[in-house]
Amino acid sequence: MLLELLIPMLLLVLGVYLGLIQVLSRAGVIRGDSIWSLKYFEGLTLHGVVNAIVVTTFFAVAFGNAVMVYYLKNKINMTWVWVSFWVMMIGTLLAAWAIMSGNATVLYTFYAPLKAHPLFYIGVALLVVGSWIAFFNWIPMYLRFRKEHPEKKTPIAVVGTLANFVIWFIATVPVAYEVLVILLPWSLGYVSEINVMLTRVLFWFFGHPLVYFWLLPAYIMYYAFLPKLVGSKIYSDFAARLVFFLFLIFSIPVGLHHQFAEPSINPNLKLLHAVFTFGVALPSLITAFSIAASLEMGAHLRGHKGLMSWVYRQPFFDKNNYLFAYLIVGLLIFIVGGATGILNASYSMNNLVHNTGFLPGHFHLTVAGPVILAIFGMTVYMYSNLTGKEVKLKSLNVAVPYIWALGLTFFSSGLMVGGLLGEPRRTNLGISYTNPDSPLFHSDWQITTAITAIGGTIMFIAALSYFTVLIATMASKSKGSVAFSFPTSEAYHDEKNISLVKNFAPWILVAVVIILIAYVPTIKEALENTAGGALPYLPTNPVPITP
Amino acid sequence: MDRAEKFIISFSIVVLVLFVTGIIIVAKGAGIDIAECVPSDKTFTEGRLGQLDEHTYQAYYVAKMWAFEPREIEIPLESELDIFLTSKDVVHGFHINEKAVNLMAVPGTINKYRVKFSKKGTYEIVCHEFCGTGHQNMVGKIIVK
Repeated sequence: MLLELLIPMLLLVLGVYLGLIQVLSRAGVIRGDSIWSLKYFEGLTLHGVVNAIVVTTFFAVAFGNAVMVYYLKNKINMTWVWVSFWVMMIGTLLAAWAIMSGNATVLYTFYAPLKAHPLFYIGVALLVVGSWIAFFNWIPMYLRFRKEHPEKKTPIAVVGTLANFVIWFIATVPVAYEVLVILLPWSLGYVSEINVMLTRVLFWFFGHPLVYFWLLPAYIMYYAFLPKLVGSKIYSDFAARLVFFLFLIFSIPVGLHHQFAEPSINPNLKLLHAVFTFGVALPSLITAFSIAASLEMGAHLRGHKGLMSWVYRQPFFDKNNYLFAYLIVGLLIFIVGGATGILNASYSMNNLVHNTGFLPGHFHLTVAGPVILAIFGMTVYMYSNLTGKEVKLKSLNVAVPYIWALGLTFFSSGLMVGGLLGEPRRTNLGISYTNPDSPLFHSDWQITTAITAIGGTIMFIAALSYFTVLIATMASKSKGSVAFSFPTSEAYHDEKNISLVKNFAPWILVAVVIILIAYVPTIKEALENTAGGALPYLPTNPVPITP
Repeated sequence: MDRAEKFIISFSIVVLVLFVTGIIIVAKGAGIDIAECVPSDKTFTEGRLGQLDEHTYQAYYVAKMWAFEPREIEIPLESELDIFLTSKDVVHGFHINEKAVNLMAVPGTINKYRVKFSKKGTYEIVCHEFCGTGHQNMVGKIIVK
């Protein structure tokens, strides 16, 4: 279990270092020759795959295992825990080898017809399959709990975890099909041509639910733990459950909002996906209210009477309550992250920002905001609780989320302003656009990439501080007694256990129906409005690989 | 759930419905739409600029590793430009700076968008999807006179 928690941290060291290299390259601080151009994208591929897919999946599984064992109070089948761990681990190592040996420079979206080494595709598939194994291991535990305690409510953290993995399972089936049935035989040379539009539609079927898969562990902490950390309660038990079920139905049928700028698909279908995207904003708006209500109630219970004083009367810098700092800073960042997401999903507004720096500016406010801060905070919390070791360097620990947020403010502002000025994402700008000696030099983008580089450097320092805290804690001696617990909140309005928020089945059924409405015509169009297949290409050569 | 919570949920739904209504009015009423859906055509393999009538031009763009064809076009002020875009090899991006024109070039498909130029100047086209070693040098130009 500990290993499952620490592997992502080890990978993050690499992921964060590569992030620093990228901001410096974009700003032209590091400027290599033409070989550097491809190395940059190798690094960017690894940065994306490690930070967005591997770390988040490992953490969701490790956290899920802990939640299931702690809240359902029954034994977990350790054999399957280890099988799941090793399948994910082998998948990660295979993909990492393919990327680092320069055989899979395709970025984390692996858009065909750029071709990666077959082991990259196999590695990604194994990672996903490993996470499925963990999920299947939880289902009998949940069913046993329901059978043994028919009158009890399922704990909220368990509802959140299961909802998250139901989303993950539904969303990863099409991408598994894309990787194993379409891309792998093509990469091995058994199939010569593939339909690129189809692979893109299948990728984004998975690509947006992926972000909720990152985010929901943080949401579970906001509902199940954060109120307790400020001596308060979950404002409404019913609303908390409703939020996770709303995510279940609205997370998936939204993929086309990543494909507004693409051909072959009717704009009205894209508009339908945009409308569903606004549906998925609803649970986040409910959450903003619920958590604010819990915070206000907490401040009043601690004796602060003022009407608005609850806003600042919170234990923001309490060294012994560091988990609160990690969670609240992430939550505040997500207000901007969510708002910019709504902007991106706003159909024709996307024309202005699509694939510009605005996009990484936005999604770093989600995955590098609430998600990574929740992962940081919870990892050190779980490590210290599972080993009985006290957290070391407490002041530095509580400062980490604030330093990170400061860096992220510069980082994302630079990218978003740059994006509005046309700065492209996924580009090594240092070679051309931010190089004063190049005929393509763009002075506007030199300023914005410099702001981004300053932000990225501060984030790097925050990450180093975090790793220092973690290593110092690991190096300290255990105090012996190990009593693992999560800080569990009770509910203020504890509504009846009504069947609407008790069972998963009706929600899964609704989710499937909406997905069929959103995706059957989309896939049909992707097949009908395209002609001819695509041969595989390497990033270095404009001539395709012919079998 | 109490009154405050019921209110906030209803309020959120109303706000979201207003947003969606606004988006639909702008897209369908004011005609500020996104990429059009055009069936693929295997004969479209070369880039060129054509003219439909006095004020309407048609640019057929082929994106390839690592250039746009045609690299540079010139059109008169106040003309409408129909952009047709395809790719010869991998996926490319097509963004006209200072214009809300933002398209993907996908092999085996044709992308289409109509845009009007009512300001003189040189507009830069930048590839914004990773397409290999020369990606950061892949640009084009539209000159409006």
